[in-house]
Order: sequence, then structure tokens, then C-alpha cells
Amino acid sequence: MIRKGTSALDERTGVGPMLVKALRYPFPENWTFLLGEIALYSFIILVLTGIYLTFFFQPSLHTTVYHGSYSPLQGATVTDAYGSTVHLSLDVRAGLLVRQTHHWAALVFIAAITLHLMRIFFTGAFRKPRELNYVIGLTMLTLAILEGFFGYSLPDDLLSGMGLAIAYSVAMSIPVIGEDLARWFWGGQFPGSHTVESRMYVIHVLLIPGILGLLIAVHLALIMVLHHTQFAGPGRRERNVVGLVAWPSYALRSIGLFFAVTAVLFALGGLVQINPIWQYGPYEPWVGTNGVQPDWYMGWLIGALRLMPNFEPTIGGYTIPNPFWGGVLFPMVTFGILYVWPWAERWVSGDRREHHLLQRPRDNPWRTAIGAALFTWVVVPFVAGSSDRIFVTFDIPYPRQVDVLRAAWWLLPPVVFVLTFTVCRHLRDTEVRPLRGWTGRVVARTPQGGFAEPAGADGGTPTVSPPLPEGRSGGTP
Amino acid sequence: MGWPRRVAAGLAAVVIRRRAEAAVEQSAEPDSPEIVVERVAPSTPRRELVVAVLLFAAALGFAAFAAAYGLSASTQVLGASLGIGLGLVAAACVVAAKLVVVQETIAEPRPPIRHPGVGERVEGGLGQIGEGIDRRRLLGLAATTAVAGLGAAAVVPMLSAAEGVGGGTGSSPWRAGTALVDEHGAPIRPEDVIVGSFATAFPKGSDPRELGSPVVVVAVDPSMIRPPRGREGWDVNGILAFSKICTHAGCAVAMLRYPLYQPSEPGPALVCPCHYSTFDVLRGAAVEFGPAGRPLPQLPLRLAADGSLEAAGPMSGPVGPAWWGVSRA
Repeated sequence: MIRKGTSALDERTGVGPMLVKALRYPFPENWTFLLGEIALYSFIILVLTGIYLTFFFQPSLHTTVYHGSYSPLQGATVTDAYGSTVHLSLDVRAGLLVRQTHHWAALVFIAAITLHLMRIFFTGAFRKPRELNYVIGLTMLTLAILEGFFGYSLPDDLLSGMGLAIAYSVAMSIPVIGEDLARWFWGGQFPGSHTVESRMYVIHVLLIPGILGLLIAVHLALIMVLHHTQFAGPGRRERNVVGLVAWPSYALRSIGLFFAVTAVLFALGGLVQINPIWQYGPYEPWVGTNGVQPDWYMGWLIGALRLMPNFEPTIGGYTIPNPFWGGVLFPMVTFGILYVWPWAERWVSGDRREHHLLQRPRDNPWRTAIGAALFTWVVVPFVAGSSDRIFVTFDIPYPRQVDVLRAAWWLLPPVVFVLTFTVCRHLRDTEVRPLRGWTGRVVARTPQGGFAEPAGADGGTPTVSPPLPEGRSGGTP
Repeated sequence: MGWPRRVAAGLAAVVIRRRAEAAVEQSAEPDSPEIVVERVAPSTPRRELVVAVLLFAAALGFAAFAAAYGLSASTQVLGASLGIGLGLVAAACVVAAKLVVVQETIAEPRPPIRHPGVGERVEGGLGQIGEGIDRRRLLGLAATTAVAGLGAAAVVPMLSAAEGVGGGTGSSPWRAGTALVDEHGAPIRPEDVIVGSFATAFPKGSDPRELGSPVVVVAVDPSMIRPPRGREGWDVNGILAFSKICTHAGCAVAMLRYPLYQPSEPGPALVCPCHYSTFDVLRGAAVEFGPAGRPLPQLPLRLAADGSLEAAGPMSGPVGPAWWGVSRA
């Protein structure tokens, strides 16, 4: 059947040789290569659970009176968006499982992309000829964050309304065009026209997922065209790829990973509560609650908004609102550095060659140290994003935390830079592995042409060694 | 005991045959001289049995999920049964991948990706559009103009999205004489506002959802109020009103910090729960801590003829988060 089917397809499309090649595509093995796959599989789960959710969710701000099974809300005036999400969660069988799995998958999706980005960055995988794929990946991360934000803004619960108020203020803070831009998207002043819900809905279920799907296809196609990178090792050169063949050695591993990701996501969705919007209540602009925590990937932005001193300059009658610094400039600088990095590194190092062998972080102390400093610069405000929880849990006064974190925001990155740089350079220069210690032996060529370990400090007799087994770095295939 | 082994053996035979066929076809391809570095067939009957057992167990997990759904079981049971089923499939795949199917590592030369001279050829090909044409620049200009016009025509309808509901940015419906009412439309009287607590009030007859509408009404000891210049007498016996929308990022200023012991604790302040901007109630809601750049706009209060609270004038400034032109509003 396979034989006939393939022939039939080949006679009509000529893809036969490509299929044969695909079966033999070599996948270099390294656990860090799986991070991107986890992101891909989370995306598949997001699409499947998301389609299910659209069968029940009503993207409308039209209000009705709640008469569902959740008694604290009985008789409350709620929007269709909020009411249908509560109904989906509490009165639709398996509805809550799918909704929570969708939310967990979004968190894992963005976490996996972020870790994947760090792997790509710290191993130099973005170097020529892979700059395009790196830029596509960064764009997908940006879109994924937006997508996640729109997703948890849709149910019109208290948490999502407060998040949207902040998003509106951040949009308003953009110099010159901010007010027009915000009024354009919201259809007027916040909370805006009812159409804002439909706009966010179509962006969340069609526009961004469509673009993401397209970019994923291009991302994977480019990987296939260029083949995977690989770490240096016996027989692994710039000009070849050594790895498990796609079928069946690798494919089964990857299918296994898909099911593992799915299992974890559905287990989380069933067992670990997330975003219980019926407890939060519906949103009204005059309602607020303490201890608000956004999804994790927004933490660095809420933290930056909190850490920024109340600097709101008015120059020549025009104001740069405070949320601009933490909500617009900070993420733009962070992503800006990441976007230009491949070209910046090329320009500084003058290295225009193609690279298919990955570097270990220590092999490029400058890049690793700058990356670690940038990461620190993002993590400090991330901590500030949960300062109120730290206050509740550890009783550390909030203003004191703000003082310390403000200082750390600017002092810690240089410290991390120097530390990382020193450690990397030391590791690179000595090739010492701190966790394993020195595992090598010193041998010297004897005048007769053999090899021997020289006498130790105690003057013992040299012992002749057998030929060394193939080493990590000096071997041949 | 016998048949699963036979099925597995049959499957393995199919797999191996297919592999062999692929290898034959592959060797016929002259441009991909791959080298097989390592090729092992590690399967044992016991391993195959493990995979089969895991897959059967997974089917049980899925059946349990379906049964739980039929019995309207809790979300926890649904998630656990589905997770166990999927986890067992994952385990079966990994065992099969690492211990059963053929393990084959190959080394393949990287496909070349550069094609010398391709730039010139594309340039030459595209350049043929100008062949035999005299007024190239004119046509180029005309085409560019048409494309620019089309772009503008495509973008212009998007401007309709700005519908303009909810009044001007920063505006507020409060005027002198507007009554303060609660969520249900009942007037707010001074005795409704308890010292150390706050009430939320709305302008009578206006949309409560408009950002300029909600105000927070606080009662303090009148002798402690240190109003900014020009705002003397904006309180009614220590009752003050400020916009409830934070001037930083638009959240509702929903917390009041009120000192339990006046002499040693900081004075009363309104706090926004989003980024903890803190506004000094006694000094016209001046920013005492946090990122807000402006005080909360204040609403002057007076007593209406019926003894309830009403606005003595408009808000002291634009309401809500700042924008480029906020100082001109």
C-alpha cells in the first residue's frame, strides 16, 4: 500500500526522492535540541485545545444576568465573554480540563521558546547561515507573548481587565502617536467600544496563530535546507552532519517527546488550577484587587513598570508618560539587542564565515558574558513583578525591595558580566571541568618514539602507557 | 504469550525490509554519499513485550478517561486519566525508539547552499523587463505611484476602527452640581463615609464605565488636611474625593492605607494594587511612592440642598493615564 501510494504521489508531484531523503535526514543528538520541539508540540496542543474552546466561548461584551451553577455569581450582571468562560469552566464536561490545559500549554510554549532562544544564543547557532531563522524565531517569541496576553485578556474577568488597562496605558505612553494608537485599537477611550473584544478575539484565534503557523513552517523548512548544527566531537566537522536517521531511530524518540509534553500538559490542566476567573469576578474599571499576578512571561514588564521611579518629563508642553520607560522602551531595547546581535557580533569579530559547528558557552566568553548580563537585566525586574508576593510570603517590606532591586537592575549586570567572562575564559583556557575534575594523564614522547608518563615529583620510574583511547577533541571518525 | 511476539516479529520484519529497500534506493542516489557510522538492531522479545504492555496500559488509561467523562467525574480525574494514558504512550515510544527499533547513526556531507553567480543571473533576468523600452524612468515612476496609491487605499479603511466612544481622553463627566451616587444610583451622604474607610461614587446620570466617572471618597480628620494652594475648602468636613483611576497605568486605586496609630504611622494614602503608586490623601493625592507621574485628580465637594454630596466643580485635571499631550488637556 505504501509502495503504491508513494508511486501514485510521485507520478503526480515528483516528491519521491524528497520523501526518501526525508526518511534518512540525520538528527544530531543533544538534549538541548529538544527545547524547540517542546515549543512546537505545545503549539499543536494550543491549536487543538483552542479550537475546542471556540465551540463554547462567546467573544462579546453584551451583558446578561448570570444564572449558572456557581452560586456566588448568581444574579450578577456579566458579559457574555465572562459568563461563557465561567459556564465553560464549571458546567461543560471536560471544559475546565481543556481550558486549563490551553493556559498551561501557553505558559510552557513561551518558556520553551525562551529556553530554546537561550540555547541558540549561547551556542552561537544564530551565526551565518542561520541569521534568518534566528530572526524568525525571535519574531515568533514576540508574537507568542502578544498571543498569550490577548488570550488571557479575552474572558473579561477582573485580572484580564486590569491587564488591559495597563496595556492601554502603555500604548498611550508612546510619544506622539500613543493616544491615537490606543483610541484606534480600543475604539475610543478605555474600556472602549464593545468591538475591542471581537478585535482581540480575531487576533487571538486567527491572525497571530496563522502568522505563527506560517513562520513555524518556514522555520522548519529552513532547518531542513541547512540541516541541523552539531556540537564538535569525533567525526563531527563543519562540512558534515552526524546523527540518528529520521526514521525510525529519531522519529520514535520525537513522537515520544510529543506524547510526554501532551501528558504533562493535560495532567497540569486537570490537576493544577490556573486562572480561576470565577473567583476573580467580572471586570469593571472601578474595581481592583491586590496581589495581581500576570502570566509569567509578563512578569518582567510589570516589574519594570514597578521599578521605574516616577519620572514623567514634560518638555515643551509634551509629556513622556511614565509607563513608556518600563512598558515600551525596556522591551524594545531588550528585543532590539537580540535582533541585531548576529550582525553586531559579525561586525565586531569580523567573522563572515559559515558556521555549522556549535560553540560551548565558554568558547566565546564575550558573547556568553554579554548574554548573561542581558539575562540578568531582564530577570531583576522579573523578580520585582512578584515583589508583592515576596512581601506576603517573606515579610520583606515592599519599598525596601524596590530600593534593592532598582540598584540591582543596574549593578548586577556588570557584575554578572565580569564573573561570567572570567569563568568562561578560565574554562576555555584550561579546559578544566569543575564537576569532574582533571581526568587526563600527561604523556611524553620518548626518544625511542614510544609514549610514556613522565616521572612524578617523587622521582618514580616512568611507566609506558598503551595508546590512548580516542579523545573528545582529537579523534577521527 | 505467543501472538504478541509474532506480531512484534512481523512488525520488525516489515521495518527491516523497508529499511533495506530504502538503503538500496539511497545507494542509487549519487549525490548523497552518506556513511553509516553505526547500525544496531537492539531488540529482544522481552523489550518488545514491554512496549506492547505499555501500549495496552495506555489504552486502559484512555478508556478510563472516557468512562470518567461519561460519569461526569471531576476535572482532576479527567486530567489524571488522560495524562496517564498519554504518558504511557510516551514511555512506549521512548522504549521502542531506544531499545527496539534499529539504531542507525549516519554521517552525511552538508548540502551546499551557495550558488556562485546567481546574483548576476537574477539581475539579468529581472532586467529584461526594460528591454526595448525608451521611457523606463517614466514607467517606473508611474508604477511606483500606483502601488503607493493602492497601499494608501488599503490602509485608509482601517481608520474606521477609531470609533471614538467614551469621550475625549482624560475628560470627565463631573460638573458643578453633579450628585455623587453609589453603584446602585443612591445618593451618597456624608454620614455614609466612615473615617478610615472609603466609598466609590459615580456621577449621577453618567456611564459608570467611563474612566472619568468613578471617584474614591475618603473621610479624614479635617484639621489634618494640607491642601495644595487653591484647593482649600474642597472637602466637606474632612470628606475628600479623588479620581479612582490611577494616573500611572489606569488601574482602579482600590486600597486605602489608614494609620491605626496616628502619631507614629504614615498618614492616610490611596494605593494602586497594580504597581503600588501611593497617593497622599492629606496633600491632594500627591505621589508619595511608586511610579505615578501625576497626583490623582481631585473632585471638589459640597453639600447639596438635600444634605447629600455633590461636586462643587469639575475634576482638577485630566483623568487616567498620561499621554503625549496630557499637559495641554
